[in-house]
Amino acid sequence: MTTTNTRDDTATDTAPRAVTVERIDLSPTSYTVRGRGDRWSVRFDRRVAVVCAALTTALAVVLLISLAVGDYSIGPAEVLRTLVGSPPDPLADFIVNGRRLPRALVAFLVGAALGASGAVFQSLSRNPLGSPDVIGFTSGASAGAVFVILVAGGSMLQVAGGAIVGGLLTATAVYLLAYKRGVQGFRLILVGIAAGAMLQSAVSYMLMRADLIEATGAQVWLTGSLNTRAWEHVVAVAIGMAVVAPVLLGLSRPMRVIEMGDDAATGLGVDAERTRVGMLIAATVLAAMAVAAAGPISFIALSAPHLARRLARAPGATVGSAALMGALLLGVSDLVAQWMLPSPLPVGVVTVSVGGLYLIWLLAREGRRHHV
Amino acid sequence: MSAPTTPQPPPTAEATAQGLARSTTARVLWLVAAVAVLAIVCMASIAVGAKSIPLDEVVAALFGSGDVNNQVIVGDMRVNRTLLGLMCGVALGLAGAIMQALTRNPLADPGILGVNAGASFGVVLGVSLLGAMSLFGYIWFAFAGAALASVVVYALASVGNAEATPVRLALSGVAFAAVLMGFTQAMILMDSEVLDVFRFWQVGSLAGRNADTVDSVLPFIAVGVVLALGLARTLNTMALGDDTASALGANVLVARIVGVLAVTLLCGAATAAVGPIGFVGLIVPHVVRTFTGPDQRWVLPFCLVVAPILMLLSDVLGRVVLSTGELQVGIVTTIIGGPVLIALVRSRRTVAL
Repeated sequence: MTTTNTRDDTATDTAPRAVTVERIDLSPTSYTVRGRGDRWSVRFDRRVAVVCAALTTALAVVLLISLAVGDYSIGPAEVLRTLVGSPPDPLADFIVNGRRLPRALVAFLVGAALGASGAVFQSLSRNPLGSPDVIGFTSGASAGAVFVILVAGGSMLQVAGGAIVGGLLTATAVYLLAYKRGVQGFRLILVGIAAGAMLQSAVSYMLMRADLIEATGAQVWLTGSLNTRAWEHVVAVAIGMAVVAPVLLGLSRPMRVIEMGDDAATGLGVDAERTRVGMLIAATVLAAMAVAAAGPISFIALSAPHLARRLARAPGATVGSAALMGALLLGVSDLVAQWMLPSPLPVGVVTVSVGGLYLIWLLAREGRRHHV
Repeated sequence: MSAPTTPQPPPTAEATAQGLARSTTARVLWLVAAVAVLAIVCMASIAVGAKSIPLDEVVAALFGSGDVNNQVIVGDMRVNRTLLGLMCGVALGLAGAIMQALTRNPLADPGILGVNAGASFGVVLGVSLLGAMSLFGYIWFAFAGAALASVVVYALASVGNAEATPVRLALSGVAFAAVLMGFTQAMILMDSEVLDVFRFWQVGSLAGRNADTVDSVLPFIAVGVVLALGLARTLNTMALGDDTASALGANVLVARIVGVLAVTLLCGAATAAVGPIGFVGLIVPHVVRTFTGPDQRWVLPFCLVVAPILMLLSDVLGRVVLSTGELQVGIVTTIIGGPVLIALVRSRRTVAL
């Protein structure tokens, strides 16, 4: 290694002896942190770390704005005081802690779940257009929920239940139909397409046969909305995330090995099929929670991994940075949906536009730099 | 993550390069059989409906004799409907095959160029600006939207120095379609009159179209078919990768532009005429490749014949399956096509692009 980075040298020198940081020759920005006697080691990429830190900062800013902006404006200082438990007045406490904070948190959690889920599905299907749709999950959830809304006429909770049941049934059916001595990406995609298309026409048919007012209600759910989301939604999604996140983190390295092909993965000691099933279940649970909490908000699962990867310019850390990116996208979209449009609209209308425009901008900028 | 640069899974035993019909003779026989099936389906499409007409009277009516009522039904309604289904099936099947070859992505349907999103946006914009209008009005709004969308998507994918590589093309298409979808949804949710028109248009149906519809989309589809069939050889070389294709003498840039133009004409015209029927363009090339293998010189002609079979068969079944009224062709195509695709994927070796 000929190039030396002075900052790393100082980092190595000033750090306690127990931990060393060393640079890896494979990539110009990769580092490994090693514990005493190599008992543990963590590899990280500097640019990925910087991007994740920047995304987290942006999330904090968006959270502050979400809490401050509204029909009843609250200054940043008052917001912070309210958050730490000494509100300037009870109304501010109610608005910030009772209304705006849970909504913003639901947006972040749902966005993160969708982003992570999309990253997993793109890796599993080895397709840049992969998303929970690949396994028919979103179409199944839509069909389940629209059935409950239009045919059975259920409550909000029953609609969420219908979505989860529909989604999980579809995902299981697609997996089983694609299973034949293991599940291969290409077959999964094709079976998912077929199942998704059939369910989509079921939705179209139900929408067409329904009364116009009920069809409008179903359309709002299909778009995805964060209206009237409260603490119970936050708690439900947060518990789910807490359960799934360790699984995802543990499987993220074998998942990247599988991308090299099943043979190479097996040679490196990774059980490809078991890893794939684990990732599939984890990503489907994430998508299920997101859809149950906010409806099938489209495009975040597709765009967040691409945006994260293009910002980080690195293949690593996709699940984590995609989750942060998804949270940021949905947080910003909800701000736009609530306050920057002539009339408030469901957030799903804005996500597609915000995510789409951002992806367009990134593609165009990449094109000008000829950095493909 | 290596996904964006390697959209194709590596060839395995499950995705081989050979189809079922390996010799040229076998392929010709399959093609002849498919044409025969198409002819039967066409006759059925003219004969079957709310008023069933026996085949001999169909023939009589076609030549201007026999019962006057039958002449009106056959001449004015059934023939036009059959022609439209035939044309749109041809258009969607070819457009799907071209799009999957151009983007080298099995998930690509013609809609990935933004055609369906553009057409939907055109219809919704037309209705919200001018109010509900005749079917004929929608056609031009939808076609204009589809054409504009695919121009924007291609320009976006090739902005600056970058070439419109398969992945960039697919991503640009998805991104721009998403933006259009956002606007479409916003307009639907703000005005329930627009939703009322849109929910019927988006299902996709051959019902109620007349000779004017056939006449207005025919020239676009005819030009599109010629452009598409002319591309077959170049698409074969492009499957080896852009660099190899250039080295072999293919003009990749021109081929890509011609391909996008063909897809816009074919899919734009079909979507404008009958609404967004995405599944035909998606499934037919996959089904066809299991028989022909990846050679585009066979894939394209087979798509040309098989896609209208699916389209017309779905339309005929949709006319008779309900005791009252019709099931729209867009719904029936997925009900028939979905299980067929799943069965093929499970029982045969899927042929990768």
